[in-house]
Amino acid sequence: MNSRIGYIAFNTFREAVRDRVLYNLIAFALLLSGAAILVGEISIDIERLVVVNLGLTAVSLFGVVIAIFIGIGLVSKEIDKRTLYTVLSRPVRRWEFVVGKFFGLTGTLVVNTFFMALGVFLALLYVAHKFEKMDGWVLVALYFIVLQFLMVCALALFFSSFSTPLMSAVFTFALFVIGSLAEDLRGFARITHGLAGWIATAVAYVVPNFSALNVISQVAHGDAVPGRLILYNSVYALLYSTMAISGAVLIFQRRNLK
Amino acid sequence: MAAIEILDLEKSYLVGFWRKRQKLALRPLRLTIEEGEVFGFLGPNGAGKTTTLKLLMGLVFPTAGTARILGKNLDDPEVKSQVGFLPEQPYFYDHLSARELLNYYGQLSGMPAKGRSARVEQMLARVGLSDSAGLQLRKFSKGMLQRVGLAQAILHDPKLVFLDEPMSGLDPMGRREVRDLIQQLRNEGKTVFFSTHILSDAEALCDRVGIIHQGELRGVGAVADLTSETRGKVEIIFYSQTVPVGLTSLGAEARVSGDMVNAVVPEEQQDAALEVLRRERLRLISLTPVRSSLEEYYIQKLQPAEAGDDARADDSRDKENRKGAGV
Repeated sequence: MNSRIGYIAFNTFREAVRDRVLYNLIAFALLLSGAAILVGEISIDIERLVVVNLGLTAVSLFGVVIAIFIGIGLVSKEIDKRTLYTVLSRPVRRWEFVVGKFFGLTGTLVVNTFFMALGVFLALLYVAHKFEKMDGWVLVALYFIVLQFLMVCALALFFSSFSTPLMSAVFTFALFVIGSLAEDLRGFARITHGLAGWIATAVAYVVPNFSALNVISQVAHGDAVPGRLILYNSVYALLYSTMAISGAVLIFQRRNLK
Repeated sequence: MAAIEILDLEKSYLVGFWRKRQKLALRPLRLTIEEGEVFGFLGPNGAGKTTTLKLLMGLVFPTAGTARILGKNLDDPEVKSQVGFLPEQPYFYDHLSARELLNYYGQLSGMPAKGRSARVEQMLARVGLSDSAGLQLRKFSKGMLQRVGLAQAILHDPKLVFLDEPMSGLDPMGRREVRDLIQQLRNEGKTVFFSTHILSDAEALCDRVGIIHQGELRGVGAVADLTSETRGKVEIIFYSQTVPVGLTSLGAEARVSGDMVNAVVPEEQQDAALEVLRRERLRLISLTPVRSSLEEYYIQKLQPAEAGDDARADDSRDKENRKGAGV
């Protein structure tokens, strides 16, 4: 990796840590330990199902909220505060800045997810008293959640390259919700004909397919995740994120900093 | 070699709800700054100083024209490693300490790891921040941030330094230190291009100044020429508690200050005025020609365009200076 991108990414990570973004882990830990104790008291035979479902959904939601709310400010905050001036007056290309900020935030989310994943496994151990082979699929679900974060960060960055932080948050969140229903949208497109069918198909394939990345329910039931899905989802998330970041770079390259 | 060649650089913005109205921020600007020169870019707030600096730093893009810095095009990434920039009212990553910030900027400037820390400490000492180097910038005062800004601008030992209102937010002591720093940069052979609306700073520091108003360069001149020209009057200071009648009849503008009189008389009346003092047996303190000040030049150039045009037509000195500046 280009060293300047690495320096910018590290500074972004350091800023998130010092701005106490990782404090969300405390809320997460409280939620999960409370849930584990409660589930252990009231559930019979479905403790694992509840803990995996609740834990992974919380990991996803906490991360998406962080991705959106930090992602929308990654570039716009630097323009508003003019911290960008002294960075771009150095031999730093604008695309390096955008990519560095993206890696910084995704790095923060990966670290955050790592600690949350530890919490999920500890809660699992608490309710089930031992790990089983099928618990390995939880790792795959966590990997998909990280892919989801990559896409959400990239979209937040893309919208913030031309829009206000508030509108960027609205657009990104709306796309996250629509994308989580992408499979239903594709089903709807298949049964619709004519112009409406065309539009539904176009929308279904343009919006990010977050539903394909959601295997929480599957792994909670101990079902395996096909290797082909892991490959497809990895390629899809990387391509989608690259396209969104490229869009952000193209817009930012031409932007006048006021 | 010219350090900066600005070739008809122009900037306008589209404003209004439909972005159809054009607002001109900088009219075509043509200016050349030589290497080793300290150039002051003067003008009131909103004149176009910051726009010019942003254009040169690639923060905004020109509507027309171009510029060359140290012989290279603006979009050449090599340029940035030889240039330092202090923005107006700088704001830095406040989660970092001054030391961390300078280290980060050093990394981005491509400074090798070996020697970077030593250079950072040297810069902190140079701007008087060694004692606060470990403190997060969110705890810094405005003046301290300005010092950090200066340190980051010269950290990588650039050949050319752009300073946008470097004295802004500083107390008198801080302003003096910045003046000393600019002097040191000049002694080191650096080119300094700084914008200001504080004329005394420009007069004390600059080799040449350019006056910009309403996005238009109104004049360029060497400070030494502007301030050396006499204005056909002499100032005579002598001991007395009253103004001698003979002096008043020579057309002197005189005022008494304590036991001294300060009188300004036309140059051709100089001998006659001295004769009056001799006759009255008054002790002379000084006699000096009244010189033009940068302030007068500045105000003259800020007059409405028509008046300015007339003044320019009569001002051969200014034309010479403009030729020298490549304007």
